[in-house]
Amino acid sequence: MDKTVNHKAWFLVLPVFLIVAFSAVLPLMTVVNYSIQDTFGNNQFFWNGVGWFKELLDPTTDLGERFFASLWRNLFFSAIILAIEVPLGIVVALSMPREGWRVAACLVIMALPLLIPWNVVGTIWQIFGRPDIGLMGYTLNSIGLDYNYVSNEFDAWATIIVMDVWHWTSLVALLCYAGLKSIPDAYYQAAQIDGASRWAVFTAIQLPKMNRVLLIAVLLRFMDSFMIYTEPFVVTGGGPGNSTTFISIELVKIALGQFDLGKAAALSLVYNLIILIVCWVFYTVMTNAGAERAPEKGVA
Amino acid sequence: MHSIPGRRIILSLFLIFLLLPIYWLVNMSFKTNTEIVTTMTLWPHEPTLANYIHIFTDESWYSGYINSLKYVVINTVLSISFALPAAYAFSRYRFLGDKHLFFWLLSNRMAPPAVFALPFFNLYSALNLFDTPWAVALAHCLFNVPLAVWILEGFVSSVPREIDETAFLDGYSFPRFFVKILVPLIASGIGVAAFFCFMFSWVELLLARTLTSVNAKPIAATMTRTVSAAGVDWGLLAAAGVLTIIPGALVIWFVRNYIARGFALGRV
Repeated sequence: MDKTVNHKAWFLVLPVFLIVAFSAVLPLMTVVNYSIQDTFGNNQFFWNGVGWFKELLDPTTDLGERFFASLWRNLFFSAIILAIEVPLGIVVALSMPREGWRVAACLVIMALPLLIPWNVVGTIWQIFGRPDIGLMGYTLNSIGLDYNYVSNEFDAWATIIVMDVWHWTSLVALLCYAGLKSIPDAYYQAAQIDGASRWAVFTAIQLPKMNRVLLIAVLLRFMDSFMIYTEPFVVTGGGPGNSTTFISIELVKIALGQFDLGKAAALSLVYNLIILIVCWVFYTVMTNAGAERAPEKGVA
Repeated sequence: MHSIPGRRIILSLFLIFLLLPIYWLVNMSFKTNTEIVTTMTLWPHEPTLANYIHIFTDESWYSGYINSLKYVVINTVLSISFALPAAYAFSRYRFLGDKHLFFWLLSNRMAPPAVFALPFFNLYSALNLFDTPWAVALAHCLFNVPLAVWILEGFVSSVPREIDETAFLDGYSFPRFFVKILVPLIASGIGVAAFFCFMFSWVELLLARTLTSVNAKPIAATMTRTVSAAGVDWGLLAAAGVLTIIPGALVIWFVRNYIARGFALGRV
């Protein structure tokens, strides 16, 4: 689409710019300020240069070890949930009924987990998984599995992954469903005339049409799982041991638990930087995908 | 042609998987604590409303709901009214630094709240807004304003440009065009954006808990009170959980026809 150049449009954007700058830039400045200083309490600060960053990025120190451990743990977690939620979401979207009240009913049920406060999501699974009072924990134990998410690392991970799949697969499914709905019936009729197989319809028509929404889905899911805090915190509190301590949990521990402002600030900045880079990669891919589609539209 | 083999079974299994934990929560909320701890029953054998009555009669409980709703509503109104003009600008015009600005906004939607917890605490304490709904509402603008801009931009772009041009030829001033023509045209988009602001403000806890202590404490933070020296009051916890699901369920019902498009951020 051709947009007119109009620098006065800045006036329309200004309120947003100001409020987001107030919420994002001001606090970030505080963080930068903390990250290069050390404090011994009493509000006395000393210049520490890049000391905290050196310590953070050196895996032999305590701080560095904790940072890298939680970073890998978090990346591993994000990879697992993406590998489950994206294919499952696509399958669910393809299984949606075509029309009628059933569509509305499915949509409402699927959106339900998304609207539950995150700590309540944690509470629900905490209760559901408990061997003594939870349906899932009780059932698993009574069929002979020794399941206990409080003491067993594997069970804790499994619980958190299943919880995340429960919580967020609907988002992927709803996005894909929206993409599928935008495919005109004529495409399917053409495919039928050509005698295309079910698989061919999926790879040649449905998947390309879902490309854009899938990109959004992967972006949102990666980001949100990369900053997951509340749900695992409520269920396992980061344990057993440190086995489910993700970056955000580690950060809050350092910042609000130990009040180690310098270390927390350095960690915050590196964390933010990682997110910014990933975000930029996705954004570039997305705008490029949009640019490729534009001329095709123009011809039609 | 849309469908895949076994779709009914797949969909049913998925929906059951979604509903089971919620069913268990509802089930527990109608039980007495003795029944919860001593027996494993699929439905309450001695159904009781005591847990709900406790919440509705104890001010420290129900004020939690009111506090949560307060900052959610303030945040939704703020986010939408800030985002609308910006969405129009991004959709219609090219201006200095527009792409960078859009990316910067997007990146704030992705910023981890944990990074902002401590600086926000300092900032809002300095502004004397700590422990008010305004602090939480403003803090949530960090991710809700960019999201609203993103969604609304998609919806504004689906309005043909010719409508703007005709309106201006007819002598509409910009503000009048905006309120009388554009806003009604993208009403569903505004509904969807409001839904998402509501949703993300309602479900967020880390910032909401950090920025409040007593007077503006959100319900989600109040729920930690069920843990006492005598153990956890499971029935009460479950009832409070059920009550936090209800506002969300109501909102979904209103936007159910737009939900799919909304989740695609108006970009299908």
